[in-house]
Amino acid sequence: MTEHYGSWLYAVTRQAGATFSERLTGVAGEPLHAIEESGLVAVAGSVPLSSFGDEALRRNFEDLDWLGAVARAHDAVVDAVSRAGPAVPLRLATVYLDDERVRLVLQHRKDDFARVLDRVAGRTEWGVKVVFDPARLREPEVAAAGGGTRPGAAYLQRRRTELAARDREERFAVEQAEKIHSALSALAVEARRHRPQSPRLSGNAKPMILNAAYLVDDEATREFTRAVAEQDGGHAAIQLQLTGPWPPYSFSSLEEPAP
Amino acid sequence: MTSSSRPVVVGQGSSLNTGGDHQPANLGDILERVLDKGIVIAGDIRVNLLDIELLTIKLRLVIASLETAREVGIDWWTRDPWLTGRDIEGDNQLEIENRELRARVAELEGRGAAQRELGEGPHD
Repeated sequence: MTEHYGSWLYAVTRQAGATFSERLTGVAGEPLHAIEESGLVAVAGSVPLSSFGDEALRRNFEDLDWLGAVARAHDAVVDAVSRAGPAVPLRLATVYLDDERVRLVLQHRKDDFARVLDRVAGRTEWGVKVVFDPARLREPEVAAAGGGTRPGAAYLQRRRTELAARDREERFAVEQAEKIHSALSALAVEARRHRPQSPRLSGNAKPMILNAAYLVDDEATREFTRAVAEQDGGHAAIQLQLTGPWPPYSFSSLEEPAP
Repeated sequence: MTSSSRPVVVGQGSSLNTGGDHQPANLGDILERVLDKGIVIAGDIRVNLLDIELLTIKLRLVIASLETAREVGIDWWTRDPWLTGRDIEGDNQLEIENRELRARVAELEGRGAAQRELGEGPHD
């Protein structure tokens, strides 16, 4: 039986004549190649459809280990490409039957790709995650409350204090998230909020109150990272994590950015 | 290590260190980007990621919304048996988890669409 191959797309750039390091391989361990058309360059790899065709992908994506490995490999290629020049990432699992089909897409969507490339050129995506530690906010009055009164009343008093504390914590968390997001957005060309990650995924037991991406002019990188450090030092119960530089994943939508 | 300045050789670079709390990307950061962001164009291989039911549900579990977190209290995950004391890497665990998720999917499908899926506590 002959193995059939498809073209898995990683990113689109304008880097005509790009060559690829041998160390850089794709989701199937395959070497990368460039498909040039209409002033655009698609970075692609030939992947076996036995693992990356419709049926196989549907099955394989159910396996989180497989998905994790493929996601990392895809990101590694996109990352390398975007470090070499302006690039727009393709979403995972954009597969064509051959390079000729990719050329048609580049031809057809030329203006769309050009618009996104212009938007991200000279800019970098940075991720900021903010976690909140309620324990650092709690006040000693909780422990002191209710001494000397009857057990029932003491319980009710304690319960009320706990509920009030939780309410205060949640309000504080939301306020902090808004404050940090607006301070960092002011230094960015565009900003997007992702859904906060659960502790299982983030590897941090404390709740995440902000998970955002910022598209920052490369000249403003230092100013932006300094602002992140400043916000990090702003309150003992608030901790910021900076991730990046990322390829402009969060800012590569083909639709116009929201006002 | 510094990155190469030759712009047309892709894959020679290294990570850029800006100091502070900058960390290498974890899988969650990568997944939320490669699955949900980036250019979306229709390929010849039609895989609608959102049609993959188990994947969707797992990701909804791991990338939970703040809304959900607040609805059930800020420490909601400590009460969710799916999220506590489980090893995501273990084959056995994955299989058990799959079975539980299938059961959960069937249960959810049997209910009214208006009901929130993750806003409720665990059913024992």
